[in-house]
Amino acid sequence: MIKAILIFNNHGKPRLSKFYEHYNEDIEQQIIRETFHLVSKRDENVCNFLEGGMLIGGSDYKLIYRHYATLYFVFCVDSSESELGILDLIQVFVETLDKCFENVCELDLIFHVDKVHNILAEMVMGGMVLETNMNEIIMQVDAQNKMEKSEAGIAGAPARAVSAVKNMNLPEMPRNINIGDISIKVPNLPSFK
Amino acid sequence: MALKIVKGSIDRMFDKNLQDLVRGIRNHKEEEAKYISTCIDEIKQELKQDNIAVKANAVCKLTYLQMLGYDVSWAAFNIVEVMSSSKFTYKRIGYLAASQCFHESTDVIMLTTNQIRKDLSSPNQYDTGVALTGLSCFVTPDLARDLANDIMTLMSHTKPYIRKKAVLIMYKVFLKYPESLRPAFPRLKEKLEDPDPGVQSAAVNVICELARRNPKNYLSLAPLFFKLMTSSTNNWVLIKIIKLFGALTPLEPRLGKKLIEPLTNLIHSTSAMSLLYECVNTVIAVLISLSSGMPNHSASIQLCVQKLRILIEDSDQNLKYLGLLAMSKILKTHPKSVQSHKDLILQCLDDKDESIRLRALDLLYGMVSKKNLMEIVKKLMLHVDKAEGTTYRDELLTKIIDICSQSNYQYITNFEWYISILVELTRLEGTRHGHLIASQMLDVAIRVKAIRGFAVAQMATLLDNAHLLTGNVQRKGICEVLYAAAWICGEFSEHLENPMQTLEAMLRPKVATLPGHIQAVYVQNAAKLFATVLKSGEGSADSTAAQEMMIERLPLFVQSANLEVQERASCILQLVKYIQKLQQKDVEIAEEVIALFAGELNPVAPKAQKKVPVPEGLDLDAWINEPPSESESEDEQPKAIFSKEEPKHSRPRHTEVDEKELAKRREARKQEQANNPFYIKASPSSQKVYQEAPGVEHIPVVQIDLTVPLKVPGLPMSDQYVKLEEERRQKDRADKKKKEKKKRKEKRSGRGKKHDSGPESEEDITPAHMVDIVTEEMPENALPSDDDDKDPNDPHKALDIDLDNLVQKAAIRPLADSEKLPVRSHRAAEVLKSPAEDGDAERSVSQEPKKKSSKEKKEKKKDKDRDRKKSKEEKKKKKHKHEDKGEDLLGGQEDEPVVQSEETSEVAAPPSSTTAEVSDLDFWLSNAPVPSNTQGAATVAAAAAADPVPEAASGAAPDSEPEEPKDTEAEETKSSKHKKKKQKKEKEEKEKKKKKKHHHHHRHSDAGGEESVQNGTVEEEEPLPPMSNYCLLAENSYIKMMLEDADQVNDIQGNLQDGSQVVVSVIFENKCESFLKSMEFNVLDSLNSKLQRPEGSGAHDGLTVPFQLPPGVSNEARFVFTMQSIVMPQKLKGTLTFIVKNEDSSTHEKLDFKLHFTCTSYLITTPCYSDAFAKLLESGDLKCSSVKLEGISMPFHHLLARICFHHHFSVVERIDSCASMYSRSIQGHHVCLLVKTSDQTVSIDAKCDEPTLLGNVLDEIKQTFSQC
Repeated sequence: MIKAILIFNNHGKPRLSKFYEHYNEDIEQQIIRETFHLVSKRDENVCNFLEGGMLIGGSDYKLIYRHYATLYFVFCVDSSESELGILDLIQVFVETLDKCFENVCELDLIFHVDKVHNILAEMVMGGMVLETNMNEIIMQVDAQNKMEKSEAGIAGAPARAVSAVKNMNLPEMPRNINIGDISIKVPNLPSFK
Repeated sequence: MALKIVKGSIDRMFDKNLQDLVRGIRNHKEEEAKYISTCIDEIKQELKQDNIAVKANAVCKLTYLQMLGYDVSWAAFNIVEVMSSSKFTYKRIGYLAASQCFHESTDVIMLTTNQIRKDLSSPNQYDTGVALTGLSCFVTPDLARDLANDIMTLMSHTKPYIRKKAVLIMYKVFLKYPESLRPAFPRLKEKLEDPDPGVQSAAVNVICELARRNPKNYLSLAPLFFKLMTSSTNNWVLIKIIKLFGALTPLEPRLGKKLIEPLTNLIHSTSAMSLLYECVNTVIAVLISLSSGMPNHSASIQLCVQKLRILIEDSDQNLKYLGLLAMSKILKTHPKSVQSHKDLILQCLDDKDESIRLRALDLLYGMVSKKNLMEIVKKLMLHVDKAEGTTYRDELLTKIIDICSQSNYQYITNFEWYISILVELTRLEGTRHGHLIASQMLDVAIRVKAIRGFAVAQMATLLDNAHLLTGNVQRKGICEVLYAAAWICGEFSEHLENPMQTLEAMLRPKVATLPGHIQAVYVQNAAKLFATVLKSGEGSADSTAAQEMMIERLPLFVQSANLEVQERASCILQLVKYIQKLQQKDVEIAEEVIALFAGELNPVAPKAQKKVPVPEGLDLDAWINEPPSESESEDEQPKAIFSKEEPKHSRPRHTEVDEKELAKRREARKQEQANNPFYIKASPSSQKVYQEAPGVEHIPVVQIDLTVPLKVPGLPMSDQYVKLEEERRQKDRADKKKKEKKKRKEKRSGRGKKHDSGPESEEDITPAHMVDIVTEEMPENALPSDDDDKDPNDPHKALDIDLDNLVQKAAIRPLADSEKLPVRSHRAAEVLKSPAEDGDAERSVSQEPKKKSSKEKKEKKKDKDRDRKKSKEEKKKKKHKHEDKGEDLLGGQEDEPVVQSEETSEVAAPPSSTTAEVSDLDFWLSNAPVPSNTQGAATVAAAAAADPVPEAASGAAPDSEPEEPKDTEAEETKSSKHKKKKQKKEKEEKEKKKKKKHHHHHRHSDAGGEESVQNGTVEEEEPLPPMSNYCLLAENSYIKMMLEDADQVNDIQGNLQDGSQVVVSVIFENKCESFLKSMEFNVLDSLNSKLQRPEGSGAHDGLTVPFQLPPGVSNEARFVFTMQSIVMPQKLKGTLTFIVKNEDSSTHEKLDFKLHFTCTSYLITTPCYSDAFAKLLESGDLKCSSVKLEGISMPFHHLLARICFHHHFSVVERIDSCASMYSRSIQGHHVCLLVKTSDQTVSIDAKCDEPTLLGNVLDEIKQTFSQC
C-alpha cells in the first residue's frame, strides 16, 4: 500500500500532496516538512530509500523518492510494495507528466495541480497501484480531457479567451528560470519491464 | 436560454480561477496569509452563487488551499453540490476535493451515498471511474455497506477500465465493511483470470493485500497463483505474487518446495532487478520455512548469496541497499554463508551513504563469532572515531555493545578487552548512551566474577579522572558511567589496590555538580570504601585519614538539594562520627561496619518478577478491605498507605469507581511486592529535584572547560588486549599442537595417522580466564514465557475471515443470512446476481421456519452439529496431512465439504467449480503432477451400482439411526481421513440400532446423479426439503453398500481431455456380527467407462478396499472412473467380494451391484455471470430444446434449489418467476436453462452445444420432478 504521495520543490514548498489515509491539515503540513527535511539533506548519489519518518508510517514504512531538477517526488509505502517497483512507478509518473504537459517543468505543477491529480488518479487509486502502462494512462487522461473540452463547448469559449489574455504575461514569468524542464534522463534505472 | 449561459460565463470570466489564485499568492510573498484570507472570503461569496460553474471554480481553488494547509472542511456541503453536477468537468473537481478533505467524521458524507450510486451506474465510464477514485479515498463503513453490492456488480462491468477500478476499491470496502469479504470473494477470485491484464493485476493486488494480513486464509489460492506466476509476464503482477508467496510459505513448507524451482529459474532468466530481488527474497523466505529439512537447498542459498553479492557490488546505491537488506534475512538462518562475504560488508561500512552503513551494521551483528569479534569491533571503533554526526556515532556505539553482549556475551573470550572497550567508549563526545555503557559495566562486573579485580582497577582510574568526563557540558550523557564506576568500586572494594585514593576521588567537591542519583551512589559507596579501609587496618594512618576525610567532605552532600543524597549523606556522616567516638574508646568495630554491607548481590532475570506464580489460594483481585459502598463519598475514604504516590484528587471524577478499584489493586500488588524477596525496586535514578529545599540551590559551581585532553591517563587501550589475545591464542594453539604431537608420537604405533589440525575453529578458542557468567536468577517455579498480544486495533483483524470453504468446492459454512450484501429492495429483481440471490433465497427460507416439522428441526440441529464438527475436524486434518502424503487424493476430496440441506439453495451460485480445476490445495501440493498418477497411487477400488433402491427418506427416520460401536476405532483409523469420517458418524448416530442406517450427507452442487431415485421419497414440505445424495447401492445380510455421490475431478491443468473423470464414493457398512476383510471391488468396464486401476494391474482385476470392517462399522472408499463420452447415461455391473471372518471360521462372500451414471453426474456446478451468460446465448453455437413439467406445486425457489442440487446447475439470474441457470460438463459443454413457472406448470427451455447430452439431462430433470 502507498500511504502518501508528496511532491515538493527544493525549498520544501508543496506542489502536490496526496494522502491515502486521513490526517488533518496541520499534521499533513508537518509530514511534508518532516519528509522534506529527511529527503533534502541527502546527497544526490545515495540510495533512494529512507526508513520512515516519525509522523508518517513507522517501522513498516519506507520513503522512496526521486529528485528531478527542482522537484522531489516522494512515495511513502509499506513493505508490501517492491522498492524498485515504486522507483519505477515514480519514473512512469514523471514521464507521463512530461508527455501530458509537453516538457513538464515545475511551473506546470504549480499552476495545474488539478491536472496532476487527475493523472495520478489514473495510476494510483486509494493507495494501490492501478496502472503502470504509460500509454494506457495517457489514453485515459486524454479521453477525459476531451470530454471536458466538449462539455465546455461554446459556453467555455469566452472563459478560454479571458484565460488566454490572462496568461499572456505568463511567458514573462521565467519559464526556464526554474531550471527549465524536469529533464527526464533515465539514470541507470533497473530495467523493469 | 443560451444567452443566459453566455452571460453567466461572461460574469464568470472575471472570477479568479485557480491559475489566478496561484499567481496572486506568488505575487504576495510577503503577506501571503492575508492575501489568502481575502481569497477565502471571495471563495465564500462564490459558493453562495447558484451557478455551478462558479461553485466548481471555487471548490477547485479550495483544493489548492487545502494542500497549503488550510482547513476547508467548512465547504464540505458545497463540495457535495459540485460532485452532484451532471457535467463531468465539475463532477471531477468535486470528487477531487472530496478525496482530499473528506474523512470518516465528515458528516455530509452520508448525503453522498445516492449520488455515488448514481455515478457508479452512469453510462459514462468516466463518471463511474471518477466516483470510484473519489470513493477509494473517503469510503466509510456506511458507504462501504451501502455500496458494496453496486461495486460488486461493477467488477463484471464490460469495460476493463471500470473493472479494474472496482476490483481495486473492493479492498477498501473490505477494510471498512469486513462482512462483504465472503460474498465478494468468489468474484474477486474470478478476476484473477480476467482477460485484461490491468484487471488481473488489480485482483492480484487486492488479494495480496488481504493475504499479507491473514495469510492462512489464502493458502488454498496457492495453486492459482502458482499458475499465474508461471504464465504471467507482467512484472508488477509477478512481484506481487512472489511477495505473496513469501508470506504464504511459512505456513506451508510443501509450497516452498514447489516454489524453489520456478523461482530459481526466474532468478536465472530475468533481467529486471526488481523481480530478481523479490525472487531472492522469497527464496530466502522459503529456505527459512524449510529450515534444514531439505538436503539440497545449499545450492539455492549459494545462488541467493551470489546474486545478492552482485547487487551489493553494483554501483547503484539502491541495489546495494536492498542487497544488504536481503542479506540480513539470510543471516538469521544461514549465518555461515553470509560470513564468507564479511569483506564486502565491512567495505560497506565505509560507504558515504548512511542508510547503507546502517544496513551493514545490522549485518555485522549477526556475523560475529568468537574468532572475529575483536577484529570487527576494532574496525567499528575506528569508525566511531571517524564518524561525523552524533546519530550515526550513537548508532555505532549501541551496535558495538549489542554485538558484544549478544546471547549472554557468547562471543567474548576476553572480558578485560571488553571492559577496556567500554572504557574507551566513554571518551565519545556527546553521546546519549552513557547509561547503556554504564549498565554494561555493571552487568559484566556483577556476572563475570573473574573480571572484578580488573574492572575495579579500571573504574578507579575512571573515577580518578572523572573531571575529564564531566568537564564539558556537552558530555553530560556520559557521566552516567560514573554511576557504574562508583558502584563497582564500592561493592567490590576488596579488589581495590588503593582504596584511599578512590575514596578521595569520590568525595571531591566537584562531585556535587553531578546529577543527584549519581551523587547518591557516590555517597553510599564512599561508605562501603570506608568500611574496607577500616577493615584493612583499624587504627592505621589510612583509616584515620579516611575518617577525617569523610567527616570533612560529607557535609557538602548533607546540604545537597537532592533528598536522596541528603538523606544518605547525613546518615553516613552520623555513622562515621559514631565510629570515631567508639574508636576513641578503643572499641574494635571494623567487623561490624563491614557487616553493614555484607552479602553478595546477584543479578535477577528481567522477567523474574512477572513469572512468580501466584500462590494457590491467593486472589490478587480480591478486596483486602471491605469494598467501599457505592454511596460512600470519596473524601470519606480511608487514606491508604500509599496515598502519597497516588494523590486522590488527581483522579478524574467520572471514573471514580473503577479508578478506586484499580488503585486498590495496585496497592495490593505493592504490598505483595514489598514482601517479595525477588522484587527489585525501581532504580534510584528517579531523582526529583525539589526547588523549595532552602538555601542549597546556589552552590557555586566552577566549570573547568577541559576540551583538549580526551585521553584518560592510565587507561588501557583495547588494542593492547587484542594483541595480547592474539598472542595467547597462538600460544594455546602451539600448546595444543605440541600436545597433539606428543600424542601422535605416543600413538604412532597404535592407530593410523590423525589429520592435522586445520585452521583454528570456533571451539578451539578458549576464554582467557575462567569466566563464570553468573546466570540470572529466576524464581523457582517460574511460569513459561508470556507472549505478546497482537494489536487489538488492527483493522485487518476483522478481515481474518476463513475463505477456504468458499474457495474449496463448496461451503462448509455457506454464506449466512447476515453475510449477504445489502441490496436495495426495489432493485432486487434486476441486480439479483449470485450472492445477492443467495441472500434472497435464503431470506425466503428463513421466513418459513414455523412450518417446519419438529422432526426436521431435530435433524437440522444434528446437521449443524455435524457441520461444526466437520469444520473442526478439517483443521485437525490439515495438521495430519503433513504426515501422510499418500493420503492426498483421498484427503483432498474429503475436503469437499458437506452442506446442510437447507442451505443448498443459497450456495448454489457462488462457490466455485472454478476451483474444481484448481482442485484441492493438498492435492496440488502432493508430488504427483498429473492426477491420474495420484489416483494410481492411492488405493482405488471398484464400485458399481445396483439400481438404487429407494432408501427410507432422510427426513422420515432420523431417529432410527443406529449408533456405531466405538471400540473398534483404533483399528479402523489408519488414516486421518477415516478417523474423521468415523467421528462424524459417531456424532451423528445417536441411537444404537443396527439395521437401518442412512446418511444424509447433503451435498449441494457436486452431488451425484444417482440420488435421483431416492429423491422421490423426500416429503413435500414448504421449507426446502432436505436433499440427500446417499442411496442404497446393494445390500445383503453381511454388508450394505451406499452410494454417496459422484463428483468430478478435473485435471489441475484444466485439460478437458484429462478431465473426464468421475469419482464415486461408496460407504460400506458391516451389518453382521463378524469381521469383514479383504474386500475387493470390481466393475466390468464398458467401452466408454473404465475404472481406474493401479498401474500394472489387468483390466479385470478388482481393487482392494483399503480397510477392514469390524461389526457394525462403516467406512467410505472412493473410486475413480474415466469416461470417454458423456452424452449418454451409463450403467456398469460390478461385484464386491469379501471374507467374513468369525471366531472359528471364515467364508468367502460376494455381492453384485449396478452402478448408474446419469448425465447430470457429468455436470459441474459452475458459476456464471449474466453478461457472460448473455454472450453465450448470443453466440448461436447452442442447440435448443425444451420440456414442460405439469403439476408442480412446490415454490419456485424450491424448484430452483432442487435443480441446482440434483443437477448441478447454478442460478445466473432470477427475476420473479423466471430464472436462468447454467452448468458445464466435465468435457466443457455449456448447458443453459431458462426456467419459467406459472400455475403449477414449469417450462424449461434449454440450450446446449451437445443435443444428446441436453436431451438426457432434461429427461433426468423431468424424472426428478415426476417423482415429487
